Amino acid sequence: MSRPRAAYDGVVVCAPVTVPYQRFSPQPAHWWAGAALRLLARETGFGPADIDGFCFSSFSAGPDTAVGMTQHMGLTPRWLDHIPTGGASGVMALRRATRAVQCGDAEVVVCLAADTNQIDSFRQGLSAFSRFSQDAVYPYGFGGPNATFALITDAWMRETGVERTDFGRLCLAQRANAASNPLALQRGVLTMETYLAARPIADPVHLFDCVMPCAGAEAFIVTTPEIAAARGLAGAGILGTIERHNAYHEDPVQRRGGWAMDIDDLWTMAGIGPGDVDCLQVYDDYPVIVAMQLVDLGFCAKEEIVDFIRRTDFEIGGDLPLNTNGGQLSAGQAGAAGGFQNVTEGLRQILHCPLGAQVPDAGIAAISGFGLVNYDRGVCTAAALLKALR
Amino acid sequence: MTHPPHENREPAVQVQHVPPGTRSRAMHALSARTAQGRFMLQSCMACAAVAWPPRDACPQCWGELAWADQSAGARIVSQTAIHVSTDPYFRAHLPWRMGTVQLDAGPVAMAHLHGALKPGMRAVMRLMLDRGGNAALFALPAGGMSDMNDPQSDRQWREFVVPVAGRTVLVSDAAHAMGRAMVRALTQAGAGLVVAGLSASATDADDAILGHDAVQIVRLDLTDTASVAAVLGMIERPLDIVINTARYVRDGGVSRNATLAEQQFALEVSAMGLSRLAGAAAPILAGRPQGAFVDLISVQALAGDAGFAGFAAAESARLSLVQSLRHEMRATGVRVLTVFTGPTDDADHQSLPPPKVAPARLAAAVLDALAQGREQTCVGDVAKDAMARWLVDPALFIREINL
Repeated sequence: MSRPRAAYDGVVVCAPVTVPYQRFSPQPAHWWAGAALRLLARETGFGPADIDGFCFSSFSAGPDTAVGMTQHMGLTPRWLDHIPTGGASGVMALRRATRAVQCGDAEVVVCLAADTNQIDSFRQGLSAFSRFSQDAVYPYGFGGPNATFALITDAWMRETGVERTDFGRLCLAQRANAASNPLALQRGVLTMETYLAARPIADPVHLFDCVMPCAGAEAFIVTTPEIAAARGLAGAGILGTIERHNAYHEDPVQRRGGWAMDIDDLWTMAGIGPGDVDCLQVYDDYPVIVAMQLVDLGFCAKEEIVDFIRRTDFEIGGDLPLNTNGGQLSAGQAGAAGGFQNVTEGLRQILHCPLGAQVPDAGIAAISGFGLVNYDRGVCTAAALLKALR
Repeated sequence: MTHPPHENREPAVQVQHVPPGTRSRAMHALSARTAQGRFMLQSCMACAAVAWPPRDACPQCWGELAWADQSAGARIVSQTAIHVSTDPYFRAHLPWRMGTVQLDAGPVAMAHLHGALKPGMRAVMRLMLDRGGNAALFALPAGGMSDMNDPQSDRQWREFVVPVAGRTVLVSDAAHAMGRAMVRALTQAGAGLVVAGLSASATDADDAILGHDAVQIVRLDLTDTASVAAVLGMIERPLDIVINTARYVRDGGVSRNATLAEQQFALEVSAMGLSRLAGAAAPILAGRPQGAFVDLISVQALAGDAGFAGFAAAESARLSLVQSLRHEMRATGVRVLTVFTGPTDDADHQSLPPPKVAPARLAAAVLDALAQGREQTCVGDVAKDAMARWLVDPALFIREINL
């Protein structure tokens, strides 16, 4: 990289909203998108005419894309983006919207992810997910992402020495964090005994290693400091970001994500280190991916991951508050919105308007996304560091 | 209206499911090659890199890809046993073992795992057709086959093949040498019941093999629709496998040396006979957990044959019908296997010089096709040569065969 990256000056991220999740919903994704826009309007006072940029992510809005949503929602944007990258879509939307606003192509960009979950959505969504999945994954037992991540988990456990109890620690901490979040679908206490005794889904993945698919929507706004101030909106600045797709495709099994390729760039651009982070919101479809991000984002060396998990308190009042809303593992996975909740929850913590308990004095959030198991691994990775503007 | 008493009601019929079947065009190309028993993967015409999953451009250099035979060695990288699936077929077969394998050919692939395989172990890969008729990679233990490694004892492997032991098998024409050899081979392979079809005109029903305990003789006339349906209804046990050996071979041309009545009868047996047999057997086979329909067919079906014009035409029509039958059976999991042969060493081919295929060899080839789950088999040098030439250049082959 010869040209230095431009800082994200003159941009704020604000107005995180979450439409309360439901396990199943008879409503289509469009209804959930509309509900998120109503919440945004209530937070900000913006109406359809005020929005000049729109970025949309969804798995279940078909046959519509961001284009269909403009007519459906009465938007007339001068900047439009559709991001089909699921768990990485929140950070990717943030990156794109930020540059659009910074460069003057738009002034008020709504970033929105919405998905429904009808009774048979999960199976139907799986069967049409990707060509490589249809050809070379589903015919082998049709275990869905559980089976793919079982293979990744199996290899990663043997490489790092991480044990089920270590994954259990991560899951228990996230469940403890969910206890104060009234919107989390699973808030009951999870004990190590219950975690270990759960039924096997695809060895070594067991029930509490899996997210609960649900319906929901998440959104936020990227705009100029002047507009945010005029509306009285608290906001955060962006210290640094990275994004990478199809990294390390030569690894036989995914043992690291694209973050590892660009991690120095992230911290250098931000001018801070992992020790400066007040809360960490990572994509958590399975605990192995949480642990992988702890390593690849630079919070610990790979050979130290077992010790790191055992000596770190990941709860809201702990050393490294992790997925403070409970993450997808406890709050639920609302399709592409699952790739947005890291952004909205990180923003809430540093803007001091959390859904549940507040991380004391939080000012900097690290956010990480991971998405799209096109074949045998997650292809898309992205991360961002946000700092509250006060 | 009165209802029958509860205890007299039939239990719900067990529905047979097949694995998910949507595939890309490149994957169908692999399935077509797998059907022929080949182990082929795409390799790049520019840089020779091997690609998996099948695709439409080389990911190393964007070159064009072509199918090529590959080495079948592999090493197991990671494994899982799937305990939860939303697919009806796999739900009925849980837990299901699969894993990631590093192919010696280059790429990494997901594969069905034989029960004895663990990460780090060497494996031999096989391309198999699953119950839905699509190609899938199956990893078998490398090295010698101990009892523990015997594929036939592996629960998952048996889903990709057609077991014969203990099964009920119909041989449609046991009067001719091919069918008679088939009956003998099936009893030796431990079939539970071999139903031997004899047309009413068959005279040598006193052959010892037809008196075997596991053999039931039925009077089956494939030229008579009512007879076929009635006979299949009389068989003591539900049919698992049908092996259609019936045909009517006569020499003769089209405009010269032609006997229209002989041509018509050949069509009645080969083509219409197949339709009658398939029509009556398909619903029975579709209800069985591992049903199969095997059709023995002359390789003359591929291109006609001026010397046996009526017979070749009848076999062509039969080949066409069996392709349609395969399509119909795909959703039921019933395998439709085609076994091509050249001239057989029997009364029908006394005028021809060798090489000819011995009936016992043909029967052994049918058993092997079932044991390997192979959709298309060519037995003997004549059939192998014809198929190889037809695959490379059908237009040239048709011309050469009819010079």
